[in-house]
Amino acid sequence: MQATVDARGFDVGLDLAPGETVAIMGPNGAGKSTLLSVIAGLLRPDSGKAEIDGKVLFNLDGGASVWTAPHHRGTALLAQEPLLFPHLSALENVAFGPRSSGTAKKTARESARKWLAAVDAGELEARRPAELSGGQAQRVAVARALAANPEVLLLDEPMAALDIHAAPLLRRLLKKVLAGRRAIIITHDVLDALMLADRVIVLEGGRITEEGPTRQVLQRPRSRFAAGLSGLNLIPGTLTAAGIRTAEGLEVAGHQDEEAAPGGAGRPGVAAFPPSAVSVFLSDAHGSPRNSFRVTVTDLEQHGDQIRVRAGGMSADVTPAASADLGLVPGMNVYFVIKAAAVAVYPA
Amino acid sequence: MEQPRAGGYHGIPRWIYALAAAGALFVLLPLAAMAARVNWPQFIPLVTSESSLTALGLSLRTSAASTALCIVFGVPLALVLARSRFRGQQLLRAFVLLPLVLPPVVGGIALLYTFGRQGLLGRSLEAAGIQIAFSTTAVVLAQTFVALPFLVVSLEGALRTAGGRFEAVAATLGAGPTTVLRRVTVPLVLPGLASGAVLSFARSLGEFGATLTFAGSLQGVTRTLPLEIYLQRETDADAAVALSLVLVAVAVTVVGLTYRRQGQTDRGSAAPAGERLDGTQ
Amino acid sequence: MNTPNHRLAGLLTALLLASALAACAPAPQPASPSGPSLSGPSAEGAERLSGTVTVFAAASLKATFTKLASEFEAQNPGTKVTLSFAGSSDLATQIGQGAPADVFASADAKNMAKLSDAELIDGTAANFATNTLEIAVPPSNPASIASFADLARPGIKVVLCASQVPCGAAAESVEEAAGVTLSPVSEESSVTDVLGKVTSGEADAGLVYVTDVKAAGGRVRGIPIPEAATAVNTYPIASVGSSRNKELAAAFIAMVTGPDGRKTFSDAGFGAP
Repeated sequence: MQATVDARGFDVGLDLAPGETVAIMGPNGAGKSTLLSVIAGLLRPDSGKAEIDGKVLFNLDGGASVWTAPHHRGTALLAQEPLLFPHLSALENVAFGPRSSGTAKKTARESARKWLAAVDAGELEARRPAELSGGQAQRVAVARALAANPEVLLLDEPMAALDIHAAPLLRRLLKKVLAGRRAIIITHDVLDALMLADRVIVLEGGRITEEGPTRQVLQRPRSRFAAGLSGLNLIPGTLTAAGIRTAEGLEVAGHQDEEAAPGGAGRPGVAAFPPSAVSVFLSDAHGSPRNSFRVTVTDLEQHGDQIRVRAGGMSADVTPAASADLGLVPGMNVYFVIKAAAVAVYPA
Repeated sequence: MEQPRAGGYHGIPRWIYALAAAGALFVLLPLAAMAARVNWPQFIPLVTSESSLTALGLSLRTSAASTALCIVFGVPLALVLARSRFRGQQLLRAFVLLPLVLPPVVGGIALLYTFGRQGLLGRSLEAAGIQIAFSTTAVVLAQTFVALPFLVVSLEGALRTAGGRFEAVAATLGAGPTTVLRRVTVPLVLPGLASGAVLSFARSLGEFGATLTFAGSLQGVTRTLPLEIYLQRETDADAAVALSLVLVAVAVTVVGLTYRRQGQTDRGSAAPAGERLDGTQ
Repeated sequence: MNTPNHRLAGLLTALLLASALAACAPAPQPASPSGPSLSGPSAEGAERLSGTVTVFAAASLKATFTKLASEFEAQNPGTKVTLSFAGSSDLATQIGQGAPADVFASADAKNMAKLSDAELIDGTAANFATNTLEIAVPPSNPASIASFADLARPGIKVVLCASQVPCGAAAESVEEAAGVTLSPVSEESSVTDVLGKVTSGEADAGLVYVTDVKAAGGRVRGIPIPEAATAVNTYPIASVGSSRNKELAAAFIAMVTGPDGRKTFSDAGFGAP
């Protein structure tokens, strides 16, 4: 699939293998929901082309104008809110898809019962959506989407509106049902990406900025957004023998990962390190292979049992006691010191 | 100062109540004054006279027919206005709503020049053997003309409130547009549709000016209850007052019953919003 | 705390109330005192008249009374005639409810009798004009109506007044006199509505007053009915008992019943009483 939506500055190309689940991550307004709307047929892109297993969803390239209506696409959508039809029982909600495709009422109900059982909601079949909790309703919504037997399942932050008790249950359920199923899931949660997706795509400003196997993207982030997801500090620059050099001429020493493709010096690369690897000093410390940056503290915040110090676009975690000893306040000039061994350097 | 109530803080200044009471009185007092003038000993004979019953029956039948027409044409109009985007949409809405503010007699004149014997369509209709002038059909057309906007306004509001998200989900589940309309859209806006239909019915019941201008006035054919009241007033004020009270009673009953039921279903359909709130706790 | 808002709200309310009251209040009366002024005799030798006289007149008198009122004002500088036209029974009801009328001119004896029975008028009413029914047909006379009996032909769309209103009562007596029973397609509550159905071409014929045909100019054609002589409608006029300007009322009535009135009514097609 490839599509552009001019009005939203959206230009995305995407391939999905059979049985593959892709997680779409990115900041708000990056075009994640636009992507799902385009695939589902709820939004008409200005140009582009998409097909599933040879079935053309749309082809608006080079004067062609093929447009398949949403109900002929086989792309069930599961949104943040369950959006169960309030006037139908849970069972009728789930049977809606099969019945719409012409299945007889009785058969559709049998199929609906099966799917309700699959999401552990068999006992809810007679209930109206108003009588379901948020988690129950979302489970029924999953069953409803699956019962439509979609070729691609589109999930738009399905866990975002759930409370912290209901989310893990639904996540386990989705892991079960998404296995071997072609699906696209939008999420803000690294855990969702790790558990549910084979591949992660980072979308920023309507464009794909990073993509790859979930584990690799989280461990070796190349975009600032992905680094933020995995809680890593990320410094982009050009690869050197010892590490990278930033555009401002700052040298960051690190160790090149053997597993990563050996990158020649001069290629774009990034240096990544966790906030826990950063020490904070009031004066410049000298020592063996270390990186030391003079920075101005912008923010202090509680992070677990540590104090996270934000300065110069980086984060450092220090204990509350150390923070008090140093007398850290925003606006203060300090030195962030990182051992070179803790800095991973790899091509971007 | 404010009495704490089960409903919680409502933030209405007290002087508002005075004006609200005045507003309510403004409507209720004339009705009460009219009821006070009813010749009660003669009430039953007056309202059960042949001409009264005929007029009431005609009013109920024509109002039911015009409400049906309003649904047939008003639902598609409301859907087109609420869900699609096209050039001239604002203009179309303005014109559809025009009968709300137009003096009914103007509507009657317009209908006359459309369906009348010398009218735009009337000539062809007459050639085809269909005569609308002075027929019950003319009454139904006049009532539909003035009542249609009530249905369109109510339903369009309900459609906009419901939003298009349920329809979008239904479409991705494989439901074609007609299935979506039948199984999702219409059930979702049923309360709005019902209240719109009731308003249309009530408006049809009270229609006078357009009917008088366009349909004429003949007992059993075109003389609806408002026309009968108008005529009775000439000779028999008691009969006019008694029939007015009957009309008020019918209107209050229809509107009251439906709004009560609608209030209940509203509470039912408000639940998903509450559920969403629960989910984000 | 919210003083500006409160003040604004109060101001708005006051403005609304003031404008509502202004709209509801009766038209302001001139400040000059009612009754004859003491400034001496007029040129014609009568006492000089002043003030306002409010005349409630049947709708069919609109053209003639408007003309007479302006003549009256011209002949009696300092006077003003306020006219209110409506159906006779409406006007009678309004006067019964205390409407501030000085003169009532009815299109039939029945509504005048209602008021005189209730002792709401002074003395006895004077008849000043008569009117008879005529058949009104569209100028092309599509149904070729030539006589009253033609109206009973099948397929003829004839519109009458309902029997509750004077023109309908008159139509009934004409039917009786002619021995013809009509099946109207509509029984309107005013003669104006009957005329409207004919001028718009909806009806083939209607029974209206001679004066209506005359006033409609070329928009309808009148066909006289000999049998209508049996149903002559008489217009009475009287001054209202509660009038605060009885001299002026009497002067206006005198003009209506006098030679000026006679000529005006005869020009408009009314008959003499």
